[in-house]
Amino acid sequence: MNAVPGAGASRRAVLALLFPIMLVNLIGFIVPMLNLGLLSFKEALTGGGIGEKFTLANWVTLVTDDFNRELLLNSVGVSLAITVAALVLSYPIALYIQRAEGLWRSILIVLVISPLLTSAVVRTYGWVVILSDQGGLPSLLNAIGLTAPRMIFNTTGVIVGLTEILMPYMIVSLLAGFGRLDPRLEEAAATLGASPIQSFWRVVFPLTLPGVALGCLLVFVLSVSSFITPKLLGGGRVFLLATEIYDQAIVTLNWPLAATLSILVLVLFGLVLVVYGRAVAALD
Amino acid sequence: MEARKSSLFMTALVAVIFLYLLAPVILVFPLSFSGDAVLAFPPSKWGVRWYTALVADPTIGKAFLVSLGLGVIVTLLSLLIALPAAVVIVRLKTKGSGALYNLFTAPLLLPTIVLGLAILIAFASFNLLATFHGLVLAHLVVTLPYALRVLATALGNLPLAVEEAAATLGASPLTVFRRVTLPLLKPGMVAAGALCFLVSFDEVVITLFLTGPRITTLPVELFHRVEMSADPLVASVSALLIVLTLVVVLIVDRSAGLSRTFVR
Repeated sequence: MNAVPGAGASRRAVLALLFPIMLVNLIGFIVPMLNLGLLSFKEALTGGGIGEKFTLANWVTLVTDDFNRELLLNSVGVSLAITVAALVLSYPIALYIQRAEGLWRSILIVLVISPLLTSAVVRTYGWVVILSDQGGLPSLLNAIGLTAPRMIFNTTGVIVGLTEILMPYMIVSLLAGFGRLDPRLEEAAATLGASPIQSFWRVVFPLTLPGVALGCLLVFVLSVSSFITPKLLGGGRVFLLATEIYDQAIVTLNWPLAATLSILVLVLFGLVLVVYGRAVAALD
Repeated sequence: MEARKSSLFMTALVAVIFLYLLAPVILVFPLSFSGDAVLAFPPSKWGVRWYTALVADPTIGKAFLVSLGLGVIVTLLSLLIALPAAVVIVRLKTKGSGALYNLFTAPLLLPTIVLGLAILIAFASFNLLATFHGLVLAHLVVTLPYALRVLATALGNLPLAVEEAAATLGASPLTVFRRVTLPLLKPGMVAAGALCFLVSFDEVVITLFLTGPRITTLPVELFHRVEMSADPLVASVSALLIVLTLVVVLIVDRSAGLSRTFVR
């Protein structure tokens, strides 16, 4: 049949159409990633050199070195805190948007998505403006007679900033999951004598769990891989996997260790995906 | 059917959370009119000194031009490369179309910090570091998946019947594609192009690995400035960038509905 343009086109034509994207994919993705995996088994020489021999030394230091272990724990801990904070703050917004109607609903959705289109550097700079010692929040606290704690260049700053930066992903995921929410269910629960709180925890919340799971997965994964915000708001004093990958690659010039930490991040993602799969299966 | 109304408490709570969500973007605007020499909020005096400083700053101007040129070239190349691929994957349904689609969109699944490191190490041996064509190639790695995704969706949503009718009436496959498919695909092309431009123009992590004193882009230059001094010059650049993004989004939304590509 030759009704659809190109249907029955020769193998060579198909290859010609796919060649450019394959080339970019090969040079910019497949080769670099395979090379990265290989490099994690190579020896790092002083001064940025890379040894010829294969070794497990990089992987061994991940387990034996206290600093490397702390990196992993810090990254997981901070990302979990960000995930929980983003969920707690996003849930009311998503529920509110779900119940809004017409133009108002569209405006709210645009307000939620628009930060996503703004550069991460710009939004992080906004947090520097708010949190730094001469910034908005300390000035406000001092003006009402409180002593402002230090909120930048520490873990607090990273969590406050990154939670805000990743919240849009959580809100969008929650909204996608809220599609299953039928207002008649709540009415039914109310008719049967449930209080609003009961009807929320027994009817609404369980129905939104798939969206909650998706949002948590996204925000956790994105916060483990975030670099710009932890680097700028952590000011070199908060040590996470992503910031360490950069420092090892650019400052210390230990590419094999940077490669090993990168593969560790991917392994962590794999584990998180397994947990997510289990959670979703349990929900159904 | 009446949706459940939100209570006053809920409305107040949501307003406070929205304030948290939007504060960093909004505060950049008043700060850009600071008259102070260093970052302080609220500023002790007001003025346009940081906009004057911005115009007089050669590094920022050069970095902006690099970003703009890079964005335009990457956008055009992305459309040119992703369109044939989308046609093969959606229309021809060659053996393993699904696997190819997954392979070509896979770079999006990787953290940019990992992809950036991988590209840095590979490009170092290809002699592509701190070169314009190296940046083009690296940006294509992240923009092509977006372009392919948007174009494949757009192609999949086109009514096949129109193309079949044209073919039945004797048009050659190439004519059908040029005269029927391509015009119908225009909104998808505009959306894909805008997305590619914004992704390329905002890309910072991968670019950070590939830039140096010889060549730098605007977001990377801003990153270094925030890291070093965080003076209000960054606020004036940021304010202009936010306005620029808004303009691009509004124009595209008018013609193609960009928000629909995000929330479906």
